[in-house]
Amino acid sequence: MELEVAQAFAMAIKFIGAGLMLGLGAVGAGVGIGVLGGRFLEGAARQPELIPMLRTQFFIVMGLVDALPVIAIAMGLYLMFAA
Amino acid sequence: MSSSATLTSQEYIQHHLTNLTFGHLPGHGWGFAHNSADAAAMGVWAVNVDTLFFSLLLGGLFAWFFKKVADNVTAGVPGPAQNFVEWVVEFVDENVRGSFSGKNPMVAPLALTIFCWILLMNIMDLIPVDLLPWLAGMVGVSHLRVVPTTDPNTTFGMALMVFGLVLYYSFKIKGVGGFVGELALQPFGKWGMPANLLLEGISLISKPVSLALRLFGNMYAGEMIFILIAIMYGGGVVLGATAGVLQFVWAVFHILIITLQAFIFMVLTIVYLDMAHQEHH
Repeated sequence: MELEVAQAFAMAIKFIGAGLMLGLGAVGAGVGIGVLGGRFLEGAARQPELIPMLRTQFFIVMGLVDALPVIAIAMGLYLMFAA
Repeated sequence: MSSSATLTSQEYIQHHLTNLTFGHLPGHGWGFAHNSADAAAMGVWAVNVDTLFFSLLLGGLFAWFFKKVADNVTAGVPGPAQNFVEWVVEFVDENVRGSFSGKNPMVAPLALTIFCWILLMNIMDLIPVDLLPWLAGMVGVSHLRVVPTTDPNTTFGMALMVFGLVLYYSFKIKGVGGFVGELALQPFGKWGMPANLLLEGISLISKPVSLALRLFGNMYAGEMIFILIAIMYGGGVVLGATAGVLQFVWAVFHILIITLQAFIFMVLTIVYLDMAHQEHH
């Protein structure tokens, strides 16, 4: 009986951990890409002739911001379903 | 889709995440690993045959195609292949011109190779996850990971190559004294040398590590999600159809990530090499 409770507890902690990974990663990326996209639009509205250059930079930074949450999502899903 | 009828989802995932590893197993001699524990027991000299095969195949494909187009190049009306290659080369060239201020004829070809090679390796992710392992299983290959960039060995290999070039050009352009001085004297002056060394050392080491882990993590995550969706195929008609739609949606979204990560690897390579070429006064 003790063992079953401990196993269920370990399972619950695992799922909580995976949920935290998915959720907090998404929060960070949401804020980051939101700010980034807003500034991109601001810049594009001020100087439309710079849009191609800004878009390139936008995508570079978006890739940098986007990397960690995507990794967190994969690790969280791995934790939930495979580990 | 594997041969054994009772395959749990965990086993399915583990099977998909195991490389076809060739090496020397203590007590068994040379051969292919049957599971990940075997592969771990083989130690450093084990070789991931599938990673090597696909990365070399795609690298060869890239080199062959670009060489063929370059040999048949015409100043008149270009064919579609030449148009495409010119477009790619121009795209890379533009980026190198934009971010690289030094003089080095090696950087643009390096950037082109990195971009095209990584892009090709990432595109392997868009092939349905079970197709190639299933075909390989029919001819007796037990494990197969199709996307070379989901193997950290590939990404760390490329990132360490770039890191080696960064070190080489740092020493060459700035001289030993200049480079060491940059590491030791930069933010806080000569009295803060230990702190300088620590900070600059960390930022130097973090370059290849972040470069490799970013690409690996993104590709691994993408493949992981493909695999997890593929598990749903086992759940009947409704779930299977949903999974088909989900696979398609994720594949479309993944096209962005694939291109973006290849592009970012290229841009960061150029930026790091540019930093190595800048002389501080």
